[in-house]
Amino acid sequence: MSAHATTVSGHRRDQGVAVVIDNVAKHFGEVKALRGFSADIRYGRLTGLVGPDGAGKTTLMRIMTGLLVPNGGRVSLAGFDVVADNDAIHIASGYMPQRFGLYEDLSVMENMRLYAQLRGMDADQHADIFASLLDFTRLGPFTTRLAGKLSGGMKQKLGLACALMAKPRVLLLDEPSVGVDPVSRQDLWRMVQALTDDGMAVVWSTAYLDEAERCESVLLLNEGKLEFDGAPQELTDRLKQRSFRLTGVSDERRAVLSQALELPTVGDGVIQGDAVRVVLREDAGREEIDALAGEVGAQLEPVQPRFEDAFIDLLGGGPGGTSALAERMHVVELDSDIAVSCQDLSKHFGDFIATDAVSFEVHKGEIFGLLGPNGAGKSTTFKMLCGLLKPTEGEAHVVGLDLRNATGAAKSQLGYMAQKFSLYGLLSVRQNLEFSAGVYGLEGAAKRQRIGEMIETFDLKQYLSTSPDSLPLGYKQRLALACALMHRPPVLFLDEPTSGVDPITRREFWTHINGLARKGVTVMVTTHFMDEAEYCDRVAMMYRARLIALDTPDALKRASRSDDNPDPTMEDAFIHLVESAELDDAADATAKAAA
Amino acid sequence: MRRLFNTFFNARLRAQMVKELLSILRDPRSRMVVFVPPLMQLLVFTFATTLEVRNAHIAVLDRDAGHWSHELVARVAAADFVSQVHTVHSRDELRELIDGRKVIAGLNMDANFSRDIAAGDTGTVQVIVDGRRSNAGQITVGYLNAIAAEVGSAARKEPQRASPIVVRHWFNPNLIYRWFVVPALSGILVFFSALMITSLSIARERELGTFDQLLVSPTSTLEIIVAKTAPALAIGAVLGLMMIAAAAFLFGVPFTGSFWLLLPSLLLFILSVVGIGLMISSVSATQQQAILGSFAIGVPAVLMSGFATPVENMPVVLQWMAQAIPLKHFLVTVEGTFLKAMPASDIIANTWPLAVIALITLTLATLLVRGRLQ
Amino acid sequence: MSHEIIEVHTGAAPGGQTNQARASRRFDRRRLLALVRKESLQAIRDPSTILIAFVLPVVLLFLFAYAVSLDVREVRIGVVLESDGAAAQSLAAAFAGTRYLKVTPARDRREVAEQVVSGTLRGFVVIPQDFERRLASQLPQPLVQVITDGSQPNTANFVANYAQGVVQTWAAGRSVSAPAAAIQLEPRYWFNAELESRRALVPGAIAIVMTIIGTMLTALVVAREWERGTMEAVLSTPASVIEILIGKLLPYFALGMIATLASAALAVFVFDVPLRGSLLALLTLSAVFLIPALGQGLLISAITRNQFLASQLALFSGFLPSFLLSGFLFEIDAMPLPIQAITYLIPARYFVSSLQTVFLAGDVWSVFIPNLAAMAAIGVLFFVIAKRKTRKNLEA
Repeated sequence: MSAHATTVSGHRRDQGVAVVIDNVAKHFGEVKALRGFSADIRYGRLTGLVGPDGAGKTTLMRIMTGLLVPNGGRVSLAGFDVVADNDAIHIASGYMPQRFGLYEDLSVMENMRLYAQLRGMDADQHADIFASLLDFTRLGPFTTRLAGKLSGGMKQKLGLACALMAKPRVLLLDEPSVGVDPVSRQDLWRMVQALTDDGMAVVWSTAYLDEAERCESVLLLNEGKLEFDGAPQELTDRLKQRSFRLTGVSDERRAVLSQALELPTVGDGVIQGDAVRVVLREDAGREEIDALAGEVGAQLEPVQPRFEDAFIDLLGGGPGGTSALAERMHVVELDSDIAVSCQDLSKHFGDFIATDAVSFEVHKGEIFGLLGPNGAGKSTTFKMLCGLLKPTEGEAHVVGLDLRNATGAAKSQLGYMAQKFSLYGLLSVRQNLEFSAGVYGLEGAAKRQRIGEMIETFDLKQYLSTSPDSLPLGYKQRLALACALMHRPPVLFLDEPTSGVDPITRREFWTHINGLARKGVTVMVTTHFMDEAEYCDRVAMMYRARLIALDTPDALKRASRSDDNPDPTMEDAFIHLVESAELDDAADATAKAAA
Repeated sequence: MRRLFNTFFNARLRAQMVKELLSILRDPRSRMVVFVPPLMQLLVFTFATTLEVRNAHIAVLDRDAGHWSHELVARVAAADFVSQVHTVHSRDELRELIDGRKVIAGLNMDANFSRDIAAGDTGTVQVIVDGRRSNAGQITVGYLNAIAAEVGSAARKEPQRASPIVVRHWFNPNLIYRWFVVPALSGILVFFSALMITSLSIARERELGTFDQLLVSPTSTLEIIVAKTAPALAIGAVLGLMMIAAAAFLFGVPFTGSFWLLLPSLLLFILSVVGIGLMISSVSATQQQAILGSFAIGVPAVLMSGFATPVENMPVVLQWMAQAIPLKHFLVTVEGTFLKAMPASDIIANTWPLAVIALITLTLATLLVRGRLQ
Repeated sequence: MSHEIIEVHTGAAPGGQTNQARASRRFDRRRLLALVRKESLQAIRDPSTILIAFVLPVVLLFLFAYAVSLDVREVRIGVVLESDGAAAQSLAAAFAGTRYLKVTPARDRREVAEQVVSGTLRGFVVIPQDFERRLASQLPQPLVQVITDGSQPNTANFVANYAQGVVQTWAAGRSVSAPAAAIQLEPRYWFNAELESRRALVPGAIAIVMTIIGTMLTALVVAREWERGTMEAVLSTPASVIEILIGKLLPYFALGMIATLASAALAVFVFDVPLRGSLLALLTLSAVFLIPALGQGLLISAITRNQFLASQLALFSGFLPSFLLSGFLFEIDAMPLPIQAITYLIPARYFVSSLQTVFLAGDVWSVFIPNLAAMAAIGVLFFVIAKRKTRKNLEA
């Protein structure tokens, strides 16, 4: 043990093996979480652990940190066996669990001191380390704030700082970017990269594949098996000449995507602003997609494959393009073309202004995105729109009705899907469906028929008598959507609908949403996920309680175009907008100070 | 009438009621937690809570060793409530036994005890009682007094001197403590169950995020409260009826009053408790707060309900406060219906305050839920 | 920038990893202190901790001092005066003049009978029409009839005994010639001469308060760490299970001791309960009682890892037994044997008896030592099971 330890001690960028996974298997009762595979994780590298929900990512993480005992095979970390040398594992590794592991009623500094001391550091003698970590995480101004009062991004950075105490040689981060905005995500990347440059092994599990693409090495898990182990580029290269973009289809893009996905040669497709992006199946010719492009008058141009394309391809392609749900919806007829509107909407909590004079209108059948960094006021605005909060000033209307004084009839005009899905865990799936049908006033035959439709559409039959808590995440999301749409509302509110959900489930979800929009359902959505913003017709950007931009995704991307970055992504556009708003604020402040 | 029924009992309300019932009863474990512990407690605590004295240990310091001291000691040793008599030979020994809680009382007879009695004087017995157990000590002295009177009569060779009074205990001629405890415990256990169930109901939904889902649906605040009230009322009533049945059939407490008068009182009692529970729930942010909150309200409420001691013995201010405790009123009706064949007028007099408490607490709960939207 | 961090960090962890690995198995005082500090800050900042640890005890002590008095006073009874004779009137006056009865006079028993049913009166005394004749008669026969409300057995007993006392005293006062009783008992209540039940109840109430803090609060706070996911993060650090458990318990131990001292001060200075034993004995007893109380809380949360179940278990296995089966309100000797057997497993049983002794009797080590031993033994048992149930991983 000690001989092994000395060979890898010292933090050189030596590319030595940090974690050896040898035929590891783990099951919980009947459920096989890991089915036996082997892999190595190296020092000085960022290793991505990716896979759909339920692939076994968290189980593997917990085995590597010695929190779970494998049923078969062995795992060693920094030369220590995770079972036999359990104590040593806890010194050699830093671990940030999914919920960050922070004490919400302790301040930033108190959390840091706690973890420093637990890892054997004397906090008083290492003020310099604290200073550099605070600087590193940009948490310096907030040392006395309670962790519970931090935004998601700040919590995540604090969690990272705590995991980094006493310099572990292997850092394990379990889905660190769920619910975190692009600006914070960029900070996190910067920090992690600096750490790997100094020889630390970092394992980062994620369902976001643009993140996986930036890792030096990737372990792709599916159903407890290792599907791929190597550089992401290797996997992406297999997709050469198979990724295309259809442009010039702006008004018809949802219909085009739906048609494209029905083609046998197309494995995957998403909407990107005004364009549609498709990936062909392995060994498929481009005749069919050429024909489709000709038919709808679109241009077809080849594009660089992404890791996400490869991921979906490896898992057998995405879902089809038609939504059985939307098929059943009637076309929505409204008296006015404006489905949702707000004027000078403001909300104050004491001195704190959460939303500051926000106004916009959303048209019937539009998918409208509400974006912004954590704590920018999206949720408050969203809650006022659907009547969960009373505005301090201004008003909000949904299909012409002020929801503050809304009767039951008015409220039945909207469907609402809350963050984390908010299902009744104490009731079975069928009972959840029956409850939401009932609470929206459905009765008798109509109720039975509607529930039957939902069960069929979302393929819930096998789970009817289980609790939603034990459903796979994708099914949970289906059930939540079924409950929100049971009464066929003309307006649908989605609050971070795909947070932490894997790309395949996400695609299926958007197939339904696209289908609904085509039937005239108006969709309001908040999201941190920039690919999701691409699906929106228009995007409202909020920053520090104000609306700083409102336009189509393509227009926002164009506005952030620069010489350095001629083809910005939605994420670039987001960061650009936030940074320019920050500059404006700074300029204002200087002007005020001068005056 | 049917239309009225339909408006108040519409599909929305029905769906919510079913949901509430299922949240409590679908899981076999939680079904067990609702019904089994209260019934088990009824069983254990019925036997545990007794203010009688039994199996007592008594010390005897007999410096007389005469005829009458022997007689007295023999009768004490034979008494039902005494399990053992410890003979000691010095005051120090007696003190040790009392200090060490080995005996509850000690009899100390002077050397001239029997002589005094024989001479026609009064023989005095000093009784040292452990004042730490003040209540049991007093009862013990009462029992000892009766024995002393018996021996005294024998000494005077007079017929058993008639007591100057004749006592009749109405409703419970033999003063069986269990007849009092079981109906009261039923009330207390129903009180705690209903309070716990309802205080968690809103807090749980808030913690899990389903409450927002409910608020955006067409259902009104009033419907939410009604839907949370009805199932808790039903479960509380079932539990209450089970306990009343157990009291009557298992524990043999005579049921002399009218069941049909007790039932509305029981329902209003549970309703008022549900109101308190929902108030706690609507101000709690988490389940932990709800649990601790109902605990902090429930324990003092039971202490002031008149179960442990009669309400009229409390300071006046506490007596006023006790009027706001549903349990205080229900204990009167449930005891009265079991033992006293309480007539309708008395039941009503103790039931209308329950209706007032229910009305106030449920209204406040509705307002608190509505206020939360701000 | 990152270089700087790494360098300093390396300096912060001197020695080879193997040395550290060996060191981690040993108990580390600094880690423990860090955990204690964390737990204390959390306890102080949570309003529900303050409510349970400081507000509820004051309310409970107050209620036990003033509301739950077992002394009966001011019992409302009726006196039905059916005779017009002077003697009858003087007896009625004797009833009206007593300290513990509140008399409603009546002429007809039907007037008061209903009030006994409704609970307004707890009984009544009938001075019959032929009272003067009975009084004059040489035949031994009762003078008056006493009716009580048997639905409240305690009060009924009191009414019967007290009425008898009133009549006897009255009769004795009339005729000096009455033969003296052959045997007279002279009760003396040691430790509590005035027989105030408050003096026995308030020390017992301290045991209840300590059970709430030790068992209920501990069970909830450990379960909360599992629910919120912070346990996972702490388990992944080098801190050992022993350190985590002790770090959890020390603050609540301190909180329990502070609450004991505060309750004792309240008892002595506000509720007029004497503290005849030494403070040292009181503190020793409280400290040893906290071992099983905290151990039970820890065990509950180790089994459930869920706040709702933990609270229910703490209520059913901790609070209610300490309330009803500890000998605090109800005599253990009078309980049926199977239930008496259960009480031996309840730490509060030993604590209540010790507290009553240390407050009212003084330092009686012959009481304390067996009680201390029993509490410690139960405590060690709880801890051993809790330690076995708590693993340093997430395996259920």
